[in-house]
Amino acid sequence: MNIVVLVKQVPDTWAERRLRDDDKTLDRESGDAVINEIDEYAVEEALRLQEKHGGEVTVLSMGPPRAIETIRKALAMGVDKAVHLTDDALHGSCAPQTSLALAAVLGTLEYDLVICGSEAVDARVSAMGALLAERLGVPQLTGARKVEVDGTTVRIERQTENGYDVVEAATPAVISVVEKINDPRYPSFKGIMAAKKKPLRTLSVADAGIDPAQVGLAGATSEVVEFTARPPREAGRVVRDEGDGGVKLADYLASQKII
Amino acid sequence: MAEVLVLVEHAAGAAKKVTFELLTAARRLGEPSAVILGAPGTAGAITDRLAEYGAAKIYLGESDDIDGYLVAPKAEALAALVADRQPAAVLVAASAEGKEIAGRLAVKTGSGFVADAVDIDSEGTATQSVFGGATIVWSRVTKGTPIFTVRPNSVAAKPEPAAGAVEEVSVQVSAAAKGARVIERVVEDKGSRPDLTEASIVVSGGRGMGGPENFSLVEALADSLGAAVGASRAATDAGWYPHQNQVGQTGVTVSPQLYVAVGISGAIQHRAGMQTSKTIVAVNKDPEAPIFELADFGVVGDLFQVVPQLTEEIVKRKA
Ligand SMILES: Cc1cc2nc3c(=O)[nH]c(=O)nc-3n(C[C@H](O)[C@H](O)[C@H](O)COP(=O)(O)OP(=O)(O)OC[C@H]3O[C@@H](n4cnc5c(N)ncnc54)[C@H](O)[C@@H]3O)c2cc1C
Ligand SMILES: Nc1ncnc2c1ncn2[C@@H]1O[C@H](COP(=O)(O)O)[C@@H](O)[C@H]1O
Repeated sequence: MNIVVLVKQVPDTWAERRLRDDDKTLDRESGDAVINEIDEYAVEEALRLQEKHGGEVTVLSMGPPRAIETIRKALAMGVDKAVHLTDDALHGSCAPQTSLALAAVLGTLEYDLVICGSEAVDARVSAMGALLAERLGVPQLTGARKVEVDGTTVRIERQTENGYDVVEAATPAVISVVEKINDPRYPSFKGIMAAKKKPLRTLSVADAGIDPAQVGLAGATSEVVEFTARPPREAGRVVRDEGDGGVKLADYLASQKII
Repeated sequence: MAEVLVLVEHAAGAAKKVTFELLTAARRLGEPSAVILGAPGTAGAITDRLAEYGAAKIYLGESDDIDGYLVAPKAEALAALVADRQPAAVLVAASAEGKEIAGRLAVKTGSGFVADAVDIDSEGTATQSVFGGATIVWSRVTKGTPIFTVRPNSVAAKPEPAAGAVEEVSVQVSAAAKGARVIERVVEDKGSRPDLTEASIVVSGGRGMGGPENFSLVEALADSLGAAVGASRAATDAGWYPHQNQVGQTGVTVSPQLYVAVGISGAIQHRAGMQTSKTIVAVNKDPEAPIFELADFGVVGDLFQVVPQLTEEIVKRKA
């Protein structure tokens, strides 16, 4: 069974994140960047499925040149090979455009499953799995907290607000995973060394057969008009509990007409 | 007036609160038409309240295939309506499913979408709260039919009665949209508490709870307020509380009238899920805990003292 796992490089949430003043896109150059955390769970799930069912795992990432660090992390965890879609023409792509570009590359790869994360922490669109399923015309198995494969049948538990749905489809299919699904492994020293020698294909927009007019800021389907830092919340009142902390809190809630 | 489609979020035969918020926001952009998609018999009691909140029309598309397969049939049915009605905009709740429906609809109709808007003005400019709430962004769709997903509890629902004329639409689900079959829907100990994203009050517990057994304190407080229960990742990771109750960057985003943080430090990833709450109160024994920077009212103290006293006090005052 061949799996393509999608990973995205995102600004570290611990660091200060900002939009660029010039074109109002996310600043992906300054500041620390890390693998989107849920994507580690996607990689882990791909590797576990490979351990059970064989085949090859390929990591695919679209992002600026530095996204190679994120690809290396997936390779160090055990992924076999990598494809990096990188081109200045992709800068500022919106979610539908990103799905178009990723789908174009996926169209050239052999896969039974595409596995991605449920949400990227930078833009929090939380729809890439659905967008890709739509573009590729394959079943959407998203929000998975458990995945089971039996031949060409894939069954997932899709996490819902108050439980889960059991959903089934035939391969090829797109899966997105939530954090609950597994505990990602740490790359071993051996894995990190091996990652450097694994096959990596770097594709430009032209290499992938993507029409440059269909991607990037100029043709994006939505735009940021303006942005500003949120004004800090007005400092509230903090009291020390002197045996009446609960009562004081109740007084406050009453003063706000909440109780 | 331009027609604006609003996809009705419903469960167990009732429209969810967010639907009325969507209708309220849609009225700024034009004349709302509610779209009900579901199994036969879904419409039932829903339609009256949709009219009450401004639905001039109600499109009713009922088919077993809607519930029988994941997401794709709803996106397809909505796309058919968009092609037919040429609406000025489409509004969908920013729930996990709503975001996916909106995304697929955008691809189908060659449109753009704004994810997780907390407000929309009459020009179609949406407000988003990004980077853990640290930055406010105004954005708009520049291609096709503007599609918005709107965060529950962000827009205050206001009634404004309209005709609510029901129009049945036939739903033909293509083979392609029947790829992912729903075998079973399992509800795990839902109890009687409101849904986390819809609740107007959320009480969350964190690592300070010390163990799963103590979450009964948080639950008792929640029940005294009619609130939903949330948890920090430290608590869900430890298995103290179900993962689906996790609030934050990798959990759900809530925006209630009141958020009560109990034994939660207030890490940036937690804030990402609760920063837009209207009022925030916190109980924490560490006066330096970052949660106090956000709190409108904070109590520095032992939660095992403060929380039971608070619960008792609320019960007493409500009696
Ligand atoms: C990529 C990523 C994503 C993440 N996503 C999320 C997310 O979605 N949601 C989330 O919550 N976290 C998330 N986190 C984790 C986050 O960084 C914090 O680790 C987590 O929120 C801490 O939870 P906590 O506040 O319960 O625990 P702690 O930070 O350990 O805080 C516990 C607090 O309880 C107080 N306390 C202890 N005992 C008592 C007592 N008896 N009485 C009163 N107070 C007491 C302590 O003073 C302390 O402030 C994420 C982290 C990463 C790296
Ligand atoms: N540029 C990208 N390159 C590779 N994978 C991506 C990219 N953007 C999003 N993804 C995948 O899609 C998932 C959901 O992202 P999103 O829908 O943008 O929140 C992420 O967890 C990734 O697995």
